[in-house]
Amino acid sequence: MAAPTMDRPATDDAGVPAVQTLTIAKALNNGLRASMEANPKVIVMGEDVGKLGGVFRITDGLQKDFGEQRVLDTPLAESGIIGTAVGLAIRGYRPVCEIQFDGFIFPGFDQIVSQVAKLHFRTQGRLKVPMVIRVPFGGGIGAVEHHSESPESYFAHTAGLKVVSCSNPADAYWMIQQAIDCDDPVLFFEPKRRYYEKGQVDTTASPGPLFASRTLRTGRDVTLVTYGPMVRTSLDAAAAAEEEGRSLEVIDLRSLSPLDLAPVYESVRRTGRLVVVTEAPSESSISSEIAAKVQQECFYSLQAPVLRVTGFDTPYPPSKLEEEFLPDLDRVLHAVDRSLAW
Amino acid sequence: MSSPEEWTHPGPDAAPATAATPTAEQVIAGLRATDEGGADLVQLLTPEGERVQHPDFDIDITGEELRGLYRDMVLVRRVDREANALQRKGELGIWVPLLGQEAAQIGAGRAMRPEDMAFPSYREHGIAWTRGIKPTDLLGIFRGTDMGTWDPVEHRFHPYTIVIGNQVLNAAGYAMGQKFDGKVGDADGEATICFFGDGATSQGDVHEGFVWAAVYDAPLVFFCQNNQWAISEPTERQSRLPLYQRARGYGFPGIRVDGNDVLATLAVTRWALEECRQGNGPILIEAFTYRMDAHTTSDDPSRYRLSDELELWKLKDPIERVKVHLVKQQWADQEFFESVEAEAEQIAIELREYCVTLPDPPAGRIFSEVYAEGNPVLEAQRDEFLAYHAGFAGGEH
Repeated sequence: MAAPTMDRPATDDAGVPAVQTLTIAKALNNGLRASMEANPKVIVMGEDVGKLGGVFRITDGLQKDFGEQRVLDTPLAESGIIGTAVGLAIRGYRPVCEIQFDGFIFPGFDQIVSQVAKLHFRTQGRLKVPMVIRVPFGGGIGAVEHHSESPESYFAHTAGLKVVSCSNPADAYWMIQQAIDCDDPVLFFEPKRRYYEKGQVDTTASPGPLFASRTLRTGRDVTLVTYGPMVRTSLDAAAAAEEEGRSLEVIDLRSLSPLDLAPVYESVRRTGRLVVVTEAPSESSISSEIAAKVQQECFYSLQAPVLRVTGFDTPYPPSKLEEEFLPDLDRVLHAVDRSLAW
Repeated sequence: MSSPEEWTHPGPDAAPATAATPTAEQVIAGLRATDEGGADLVQLLTPEGERVQHPDFDIDITGEELRGLYRDMVLVRRVDREANALQRKGELGIWVPLLGQEAAQIGAGRAMRPEDMAFPSYREHGIAWTRGIKPTDLLGIFRGTDMGTWDPVEHRFHPYTIVIGNQVLNAAGYAMGQKFDGKVGDADGEATICFFGDGATSQGDVHEGFVWAAVYDAPLVFFCQNNQWAISEPTERQSRLPLYQRARGYGFPGIRVDGNDVLATLAVTRWALEECRQGNGPILIEAFTYRMDAHTTSDDPSRYRLSDELELWKLKDPIERVKVHLVKQQWADQEFFESVEAEAEQIAIELREYCVTLPDPPAGRIFSEVYAEGNPVLEAQRDEFLAYHAGFAGGEH
């Protein structure tokens, strides 16, 4: 997010400084609060989201300020959380469901793909299901099994859902509000290993569109496409590559469904090379989709095959091995070397 | 609430129930109880057409009201039989018969007020009728031209839900919304009613729906039509306990009503919905009934159930007992019955004519309304597809 310019107010209407340095976690909290203040139909629901403020404290303080009817500590059942949110959405509410960890979304999978995704199509638009399902996702926090997965491709594969992932505090603040405002159901993937990384948030800025990718760093030699927790890794790789005289372009997809690949095509036509970086396993995934579409659209511009740096096609490993599983700066740079050597 | 000793009905040859745990035979006898439905069954009109009294659920009914319920049941049965025949002729891909469940559905449906909300499964053609949905609007689902063409907001009747039990959670959430909106607690309140079958009670979503409704005190009537068979799986494959008794474990009342008795179903459901409107919900109703036809037209019940059972249930026919009672009370004459038959025939004709002329949807329907706010990737795919179609002689078909 750009720094404030002279003609922007230093504070917002409530006297809060317009530009604040926040963690992703706090930016999400502020974004949820802003949506709840703006629209009384926005309700937050999930396990432990009330008094505890969520296992990651993303909903900290919301129940105290908005009450138990707008911040619902629910029974412990993910299908129940999502299935009742469908009914509330039909009734005119805008539920924001929290799933505590990525690996726990599967008990709710049936409701998501059978009802959340399809009611609008089934009824030809007579029923809207404007709900958000927040999923802290990905590894790198030393957790036990089912707490470090990247299930986003399952949902990008399902028509009727929209899937986004934020990677920095400014996007976290704005994207959560935009997802809540969206009339379509949105799966909102939050990079849990980055929750406590800080950045500037300008609350008076005009955010760009939600379902659009963004070029975070321009470069000449190789394009890196990524999202969520791997954005930081990719930016670090680009900075390291620059010291070796290599110029990498980094694009944050932000929206995984729909994919906004026009900036990627434009970039690849200039660089001739693409490396896709994700934590998710590679088979039949978002990275597969990008590779397929880029070869289709940029065939004559490519100087090397599209390469992917991903998690392996294995279950997420015990946490003592996750550093081997997760793409890191060196694996990204190795792929860049392979691409340039083609 | 009765104890296990009360709800089991050992036959003369059954081993005596000496322990707290009933024998397998006793459990099955209590679950199926095809003769009586058990001691707790609420009944107001016997299979012989005799009015009986019930201390908690009696009902005042006029001749005109009972004639209306009779008409409803005859018409939805005729619709059901016609649609079944249309499937046999190849005009529908599949049909889900309601034969035998007319009283359960008309009784429950006529207990609702316009402002109440209903969440059906996929067999609720009788409920649809009571919500003012034209029978022709049901056909698109089974002919494959659409997925339900009624307006669920206008009719307050949710789309059919085909995944077993999903709608129970959706209904629980909707009922929570009614409560949050302050529509509960007085005579002008709203309630939600959710329909599912005996097989659905084994689904996790139904369990979770019970939990949610209970802990949030949602104004929700769970209406289980126990038609004894979940395709080929009998009730004893779903539960060791009569289904209505499960409610107690969740902390709300469960009632078993004779689902072939339209008066009892009407009375019990009317009471339950009013309890919910007043803020005393949720409630589970088990409508004890029988599916007289196959699960769907793809099913063959002769493979798994005995003809004796079917014959026994024919004696409990929900329409015949009302007809007998109307005659005994001198509330209806031959002219009335003939007029209802004529009306049923006319509806069947309209259904048949509509079905065979129902046009295939335009190819663009594939892409229509997938998203509320659009999706450029999908729109590009649609445009490419439509251009491809337009390339053929005659253009889009």
